[in-house]
Amino acid sequence: MKVLGLILAGGKSDALGKLVYKRASAAVPVFGKYRAIDFTLSNMVNSGIYKVGVLTQYNPRSLMDHLGSGKEWDLDRKHGGLYILQPYIGMTGEYWYRGTADAIFQNTTMLRRGDEDYVLIGSGDHIYKMLYDDLFRYHFAKSADITLLVKELDDTYDLTQYGTVVTEPDGRIIDIKEKVQNPPTRKAFLGVYFINKYLLLELLYDTVPAGKYDLLLDVVIPNLSKLRVYAYEFKGYWRNVKKGINEYYKMNMEVLNSQALREELFVKYGKVYTKLKDYPPAKYTNTAKVSNSIIADGCIISGNVKNSVLFRGVVVKAGARVENSIVMQDTVIEEGAIVRNAIIDKNCVIRAEQMLVGDFEPVVLEKWMVV
Amino acid sequence: MTNVVALILAGGQGTRLGVLTEKIPKPAVQFGGKYRIIDFTLSNCVNSGIYRVGVLAQYRPHLLNKHIGIGKPWDLDRKGGGVTILQPYSTLTESVWYKGTADAVYQNIEFVDEYNPEYVVVLSGDHIYSMDYSEFVYYHVSKGALATIACMEVPISEAHRFGIMVTDIDYKIIDFQEKPKQPKSNLASLGIYVFNWDFIKQTLIEDAKDEASEHDFGKNVIPKILPTERVYAYPFEGYWQDVGTIMSYWETNLELVRPIPPFNIHDPNWRIYTRSEEMQPAYISPSGEVRNSIVSEGCEIHGLVENSIISQGVNIGENSVVRNSVIMTKVEIGDNVIIEDAIIAENTIIKNGCKIGLGEYAESKYDKKVYNSHITVIGMDTVVEEDCEFGKNVVVGNDKIVPKGTRLESGGYFL
Repeated sequence: MKVLGLILAGGKSDALGKLVYKRASAAVPVFGKYRAIDFTLSNMVNSGIYKVGVLTQYNPRSLMDHLGSGKEWDLDRKHGGLYILQPYIGMTGEYWYRGTADAIFQNTTMLRRGDEDYVLIGSGDHIYKMLYDDLFRYHFAKSADITLLVKELDDTYDLTQYGTVVTEPDGRIIDIKEKVQNPPTRKAFLGVYFINKYLLLELLYDTVPAGKYDLLLDVVIPNLSKLRVYAYEFKGYWRNVKKGINEYYKMNMEVLNSQALREELFVKYGKVYTKLKDYPPAKYTNTAKVSNSIIADGCIISGNVKNSVLFRGVVVKAGARVENSIVMQDTVIEEGAIVRNAIIDKNCVIRAEQMLVGDFEPVVLEKWMVV
Repeated sequence: MTNVVALILAGGQGTRLGVLTEKIPKPAVQFGGKYRIIDFTLSNCVNSGIYRVGVLAQYRPHLLNKHIGIGKPWDLDRKGGGVTILQPYSTLTESVWYKGTADAVYQNIEFVDEYNPEYVVVLSGDHIYSMDYSEFVYYHVSKGALATIACMEVPISEAHRFGIMVTDIDYKIIDFQEKPKQPKSNLASLGIYVFNWDFIKQTLIEDAKDEASEHDFGKNVIPKILPTERVYAYPFEGYWQDVGTIMSYWETNLELVRPIPPFNIHDPNWRIYTRSEEMQPAYISPSGEVRNSIVSEGCEIHGLVENSIISQGVNIGENSVVRNSVIMTKVEIGDNVIIEDAIIAENTIIKNGCKIGLGEYAESKYDKKVYNSHITVIGMDTVVEEDCEFGKNVVVGNDKIVPKGTRLESGGYFL
């Protein structure tokens, strides 16, 4: 069985504010060295999917720079490998991707050309680790037409922001409610579809030319009674970076505070691959004091760092304090500066003795800012 | 630099590194938290714009081969050139090992001829330094030399350990002394050469026929060409270290953690590239403390680390203390462990309650020549079971299992 991977990474996310002014949400940096898309991409590669198309649209520069030729994911290949699928101008007109179904529909050539029988559709915004083999087995065991990845979400998730599914006892989905006020269940759809390629093509030709562009709302939901759509339940850790600054901040802190979670995300289900930067290892000087923090390569730490995530190449000078914060690549925090409850984007400088302190919500500093 | 081929001599064992080079050659020994020693020379090549590189390997080359591979991390996976690993081979009439540095190059004349370069740079795979070889080659060209030797001023008291060059005011070498008792100068050869290829090719062919020769650049080739040919010294003023002994290996590593290190691996304009496993960033726990140290990716630190180099993927347990030590990749250190003045090689496991590097220095009972410092060395893939106690200058071999509660006094060994 050959599987084609498709990653939807074109989305814009207003909820992430300044973090996505200049990048797609799939390119949002997480956990000290990764970008959100690394997780789904690594999951696919670790599951033996070596042909992956990434559908981009919103501000793709940093995402493209990150993915490059796909080298780090072993996707620089003669056969298959990485495909970047951007909206284009054609003979019949020029359209942006008008929805998820339309995005795939505009790239049906990619579907038709390959010798794959199945398509796994994921999202570039989701943070989770999974080997998809079990999902594939489940799909065939149930003789399903479409299998969706779902998860029972606890109180820490705002269910009105998710699609919720109603299933029969054997897992067949009979109803899906997308972002409703009173969700019928706590089982949320995680944006991962597994479907026969030819069936997908057929469904797309059925809907997109009729002016319906959403994969879930226009393709899956109207066909729930006709097709066998099954829910495969995911038990591990799962977050969506797109849901907001607080959610983004929270998941970085969760990784700090749980060794089991670090094990799950970084070790257990294969590695997470990301673009290499060839930074030297982090250096801690005599005055460094670091506690409960993630420190990436290339950092030089002379100050006080507590409950924080420091990305590659961050410099914390003597007497500076960084607490409960996320500091991205190559930012410099100078002598005596104080940073608390903050998210600082790449290449910022916090000048000596300055303060950057957030209260209930973390304060966010855009790229290339100087305080 | 398209008319230059670099040859890196990486065949030596480095016997004075003891157990560290029992299973791997010296250029493959880890250094500085994520690198292997040969990375520095390889990175110098690509940073200098030399993309045609031969690595001459001989002693236990497997790890070196795997590390270099097709040269991807150094951008040496190229169509025209790239990196080639050159191992000894057999021919119709004979099969011989590389008999010396000159012979190693002689046996690979065909490899160099393929590229038909004007110059060859002959380098050593076991030095730690940054050097722009393009400046070195242009210096060679500007002097109109046939051979140029990179040299460094050393303290005169140290001069007896090196090959010493005596030059005229223009840096033309007029005399050469190999490890002299009474040095006439303090300009030491670094074993780094530029040659005009046509010239050195002929010289090597002649040297190969000379049965009295040991086929070594420093011992035979250079002294032979010196009286008649234009041989120049290139005064190098940067940082250079040959990490030949356990003590110098340990010291050179720990120099990296000084406030202003003599050798700057953080230089963004001269990156050191390496093949390293993809690992998550390091995590320092609330009980962890790190001072004056280097900690690589993939580490989980729950104990105290002071004045040490911690390589990729090392775990250090609760209440453990690591001081003045070099810990290599994927070493597991349990809880309540104390490690001082030690080098612990790759993949070794130190279980709970072990104490390493206790007491005072004592002469080695195993090999006084190699183990002549206070450093305790533990080989790779070894397991040290619970509650072992080792003194200073202890040596534990590779692939060993040290039983629970073993006590080794200073100078002891477990091999």
